[in-house]
Amino acid sequence: MTTTTTAPGRTRRTSAQSPHSGLPAELGSLLRRLTGDEKHAPSAHSTLDVLWVLYDRVLRISPETAEDPERDRFLLSKGHGPAAYYAVLASKGFIPEHWLDDLAGPESRLGHHPDRVLVPGVEIGSGSLGHGLGLGVGIALGLRAQGLDLPRVYVLLGDAELDEGSNHEAIAYAGATGLARITAIVLDNRSASHGWPGGIASRFTVHGWSASTVDGRDHDAIETALTSHRPDRPHVVVAVVDPEE
Amino acid sequence: MRDAFIDTATALLDDDPRTAVVLADISASSFAPAARQHPDRVLNVGIREQLMVGVAGGLALTGLRPIVHSYATFAVDRAYEQLKLDLDHQGVGAVVVSVGASYDGASMGRTHMSPGDVALLDTLSDWTVHVPGHPAEVPGLLRAAARHDERVYLRLSTQVNDLPRPAAGQLTVVHRGGADAPLVVAVGPMLHPVLHAITGLDVTVAYTHTPRPFDVVGLRELVGAATSAGAVPAVVLVEPYLAGTSSALLGAALGGVPHRSLALGVGRTDLRRYGEPADHARWHGLDPAGLRRSITEFLG
Repeated sequence: MTTTTTAPGRTRRTSAQSPHSGLPAELGSLLRRLTGDEKHAPSAHSTLDVLWVLYDRVLRISPETAEDPERDRFLLSKGHGPAAYYAVLASKGFIPEHWLDDLAGPESRLGHHPDRVLVPGVEIGSGSLGHGLGLGVGIALGLRAQGLDLPRVYVLLGDAELDEGSNHEAIAYAGATGLARITAIVLDNRSASHGWPGGIASRFTVHGWSASTVDGRDHDAIETALTSHRPDRPHVVVAVVDPEE
Repeated sequence: MRDAFIDTATALLDDDPRTAVVLADISASSFAPAARQHPDRVLNVGIREQLMVGVAGGLALTGLRPIVHSYATFAVDRAYEQLKLDLDHQGVGAVVVSVGASYDGASMGRTHMSPGDVALLDTLSDWTVHVPGHPAEVPGLLRAAARHDERVYLRLSTQVNDLPRPAAGQLTVVHRGGADAPLVVAVGPMLHPVLHAITGLDVTVAYTHTPRPFDVVGLRELVGAATSAGAVPAVVLVEPYLAGTSSALLGAALGGVPHRSLALGVGRTDLRRYGEPADHARWHGLDPAGLRRSITEFLG
């Protein structure tokens, strides 16, 4: 495996690719260390491609810049099923791989919902749904107030998480104020009990966001969507994956 | 007190680039001049209290010092989980400044009352709670809170004492009784009715504008005299929020000391009545006559 720096604070690894998914084969073994021999949690699978593209191609963060004020921020709002998140963090060197062997054990730093105080590289503790986007709006505003123009804030949510009304407070406010440095990513596996008639993107665009809806398994499409934000408005990427079994 | 808060917060925005104010429409017009000067640090999110506290948590994560402001019932009761998770659990702090304490908003009814705010914050970790009894106590408390990153609640009220006592961060004796006289602890604006209630009674009255952290050392010292005189000390707590909010702390502070205690404050019942704050003070027994009745009955 080689590591090449492609931008300040941004490292890209080239590694053995799984022939089918575009994911490095090592992620599979890291996930198995987290989950034992059991079948992986479906929600962990659903976020894996988006997380990999973020950390491998988009986010300007590395273990060395995890505390740098100029780093991009990634907030996992959808704190459920964080195995994929931990596997990516381990793969990118934020946490030691052996941490994966004791998920949610009494001495483990890795639980079924992540805690920013316990895990290097984790920006927020999450689990209760509907908190990440509000925190992300606050981080974006705090960066702006301090003249830190480079960092971008990415918040990953689930389609069912959008049921929580707190998200809609943040969506409306960020849109109304043109908070351009935030990107929401909604992982849509159609798990919201009452669905989103008219689509998820429209919940954002009606408030002035730009939106891209993509195949949540297509890495190039995800990357293109994640980098197609505009300078005058917040951006949402709806990443569609198959519904949970 | 609200004017003192707005003036001080506006000055802090000028003086300290870490200061940010987050509003949910309440008092937005009063902060309009400051917002024109500091548009990136005076943020009105509209009538969205969950977002108000979430934004404060995000600002704090970037190193700013957010001041969050609304009615107590919206800033604390409504946004309780945001206080718990977006501040406490993230390991960051904010200064939450409320108006509409307990029944200050009597004429607006139960929906605008929050007698349980301090009790709710007691379920969280490491909140300092200031309950000023006079507008002149507000600037010093807010300026001190703006200098660090801890969690602070500043509970403003329209009920005020005759004189400011800005140094009363710990229990401060305002009226000294005999050596084994019962102790009356008055929090914030309760001092005024307490001093009128105890006329002619042999009690010691101690005041504080900072009930959290509770002044355990000061309390032990104040009851120590009675204990060493061989008496069982009697302590009366008079708080402007839910009755008994500090009872557990009082009990813990005096854990090894035989004592009697009475906790006075706002009752739990929704009275479903409007009127003036003075009416609610009377209905809850927190006017001078009601306090005197309770205290003399307790002391026997």
